[in-house]
Amino acid sequence: MKLLLKGGRVIDPGTGRDGELDVLVEDGRIALIDRNVAVDGAEVVELGKGWIVGPGLIDIHVHLREPGQEHKETIASGTAAAVAGGFTAVACMPNTDPVNDHAGITQFILKKAAEANRARVYPIGAVSLGSRGEQLAELSEQKSAGCVAFSDDGRPVATALLMRRALEYAGMLGIPIVDHCEDPSLKADGVAHEGYHASALGLRGIPGVAESLMVERDISLAELTGAHVHICHMSARQSLRAVRAGKDRGIRVTCEVAPHHFTLTDEALDGAIKYDTNLKMNPPLREAADRDAMLEGIADGTVDVIATDHAPHHADEKMVEFDRAPFGITGLETAVPLVFDRLVHAGRITAGRAIELLSTNAARVLNLPGGTLAAGSPADVVVIDPDRRVTVDAARHVSRSKNTPFHGWELRGAVALTVVGGRIVHRAAGV
Amino acid sequence: MNVDAPVVTPASPTAGAGRLKSRHLLGIAGLDAAEIALILDTAEAMKEIGTRPIKKVPALRGRTVVNLFFEPSTRTRTSFEIAEKRLSADTLSIATATSSVSKGETLIDTVRNLEAMSPDMIVMRHSSSGAPHLLSRVGRAAVINAGDGMHEHPTQALLDAFTIREHKGRLAGLRISIVGDLLHSRVLRSNVLLLNTMGADVCLCGPSTLMPPGVDRFGVKATSSIDEAVDGADVVMMLRIQQERMSGHFIPSLREYFALFGLTPERLRRAREDVIVMHPGPMNRGVEIDSEVADGPYSVILEQVSNGVAVRMAVLYLLAGHDSAEPIKA
Repeated sequence: MKLLLKGGRVIDPGTGRDGELDVLVEDGRIALIDRNVAVDGAEVVELGKGWIVGPGLIDIHVHLREPGQEHKETIASGTAAAVAGGFTAVACMPNTDPVNDHAGITQFILKKAAEANRARVYPIGAVSLGSRGEQLAELSEQKSAGCVAFSDDGRPVATALLMRRALEYAGMLGIPIVDHCEDPSLKADGVAHEGYHASALGLRGIPGVAESLMVERDISLAELTGAHVHICHMSARQSLRAVRAGKDRGIRVTCEVAPHHFTLTDEALDGAIKYDTNLKMNPPLREAADRDAMLEGIADGTVDVIATDHAPHHADEKMVEFDRAPFGITGLETAVPLVFDRLVHAGRITAGRAIELLSTNAARVLNLPGGTLAAGSPADVVVIDPDRRVTVDAARHVSRSKNTPFHGWELRGAVALTVVGGRIVHRAAGV
Repeated sequence: MNVDAPVVTPASPTAGAGRLKSRHLLGIAGLDAAEIALILDTAEAMKEIGTRPIKKVPALRGRTVVNLFFEPSTRTRTSFEIAEKRLSADTLSIATATSSVSKGETLIDTVRNLEAMSPDMIVMRHSSSGAPHLLSRVGRAAVINAGDGMHEHPTQALLDAFTIREHKGRLAGLRISIVGDLLHSRVLRSNVLLLNTMGADVCLCGPSTLMPPGVDRFGVKATSSIDEAVDGADVVMMLRIQQERMSGHFIPSLREYFALFGLTPERLRRAREDVIVMHPGPMNRGVEIDSEVADGPYSVILEQVSNGVAVRMAVLYLLAGHDSAEPIKA
């Protein structure tokens, strides 16, 4: 079986390729990338001028909710949302019910993912049993079962001692620890970024340093252990400074930023719909200086990855008082439009850097296959029409949940085609 | 039934003919100076009703008002109830302990069930900031915020303003200091919005641990020195300090709090001679305020309570006017 993507602009930061080239896929692998490829018997997809053909996007921070919270999302619905958003692979967080702290759960997730047969799924296992921060989970067995990283996401690894041991042990296995950084005592029962807007709205605040304090701890422990720590959904300018300083000192620290943290600020809480629970996530939307720092870090290379922290919640769960609503918003189906509209078209980064943030680096950070269009690699490919205008319509999202603050937004840049293992799994209207 | 109606005396050009722009009162935020003046002027007429032997007018006859209190409240709830009854509304009060909320029903479902019985207005007190905003988006009834979390308590700020205006004849240009737990107080937020809109000169005072982050954007002066706050003040408004604040490490002890921030007769001497001392209640004697001050000649604390009824009548009446209530003029 052959597939020929014709007439697009190939951007593959991994191989340094950037040009008007055709991509030939054969038997699920990249066979040839060259000018004016002509092959008999191939399914040909004619691409528009300027459409970007890149390695399939990889979202390394996704909540698929299965097992246990299938009313929010399932592995099938979540991976369908992923491919609709251009993601050919996702790494799923372990805060399911039960928590993914055992090989049996990892195997269950992989089995469901294989049945769904949409995006590739790379489970992230819990650092500690039940993510309770008390006892290490069996990390080696989890690695053998298919876990690509460990995290107690949703909760930080609470003590410095456990984090140290986790880094040492995971380091031995050659696997990173992915930490949701937040000092629990400073976060307390906060629900919004600590600052003027939370004060004016009477919402309990979470200061930026609640995050950066633990980022600094983790960087120090990464230095101590020589292991790799990856900082989840970074939101505070102080955290960015800490990561930048850590990288300058040669410490193995990487980090990700979510689209909402480079797009929105806490001012939105006081917008047209006050107390909109679709603006409640953790870490919270921060102030303009923090948002600007994220933009700067994305542009200057400090930020390694853009990951969505796709956190589906049922409408009933969000239709409550702000302080009672669960944290989190969906992200898989809005990431590409936000990255292109807010970063590429705004002149902050090139399209190549966008692909690097969404694919190449994501693969590198978690040592995943993919993130490249090198000949012979699995044919996971995304095609993006950078100029296609879209109006975000939550009702039409593939995800089982519709909790996005971007409903109704008009953005420029959209996914045209998603190919996983040489198979077209998503095709936008008119492609 | 006594059908004498109060006469609204137009003290400002907007009164009488005036209307509130919104059909809800979710907060002071969103009200302009003319609307605030309209409520206060209307409250003057309402206050007169309370002096009559038969304290009742038919303005809200046939209207149903539900008082939905998800938090314990004595003063505010009874004040609303009396206000509603004096306007001849049919009223019903629901407290959490007796509602389905304790059975796990959501706010939305509770409200939808109430709405199935077609109330015209819902007066709500809730521990979550923004709960009335949620209610106003899903329901049909007009919503009056009777206090939401740490956000707003608009009728308290209105009755405070009414009380100040009665004593001082104006709000603009007055030096008004608000002292206490600024961080957690909805009374504070509503008062700051109202007093700023009306041109008063507001000073906030409290320990640095109870200062709201971003207070520099509130458009007020902020200090941790009570002497500085009281100095030359026309009005000193004390806010309640809750026992629980010690567990959050906000203050070391109530004793030390009183030593640093308690309003004593000595401290009050720095204020203007005709200063008035206010407190939204419930008071902690010997914590934020010395009994000698609370019960002393400058205290208008009980007047605030009386005025609460008149102000709430005004709010109910004006909001009902959105759906053409019976005219209140004779």
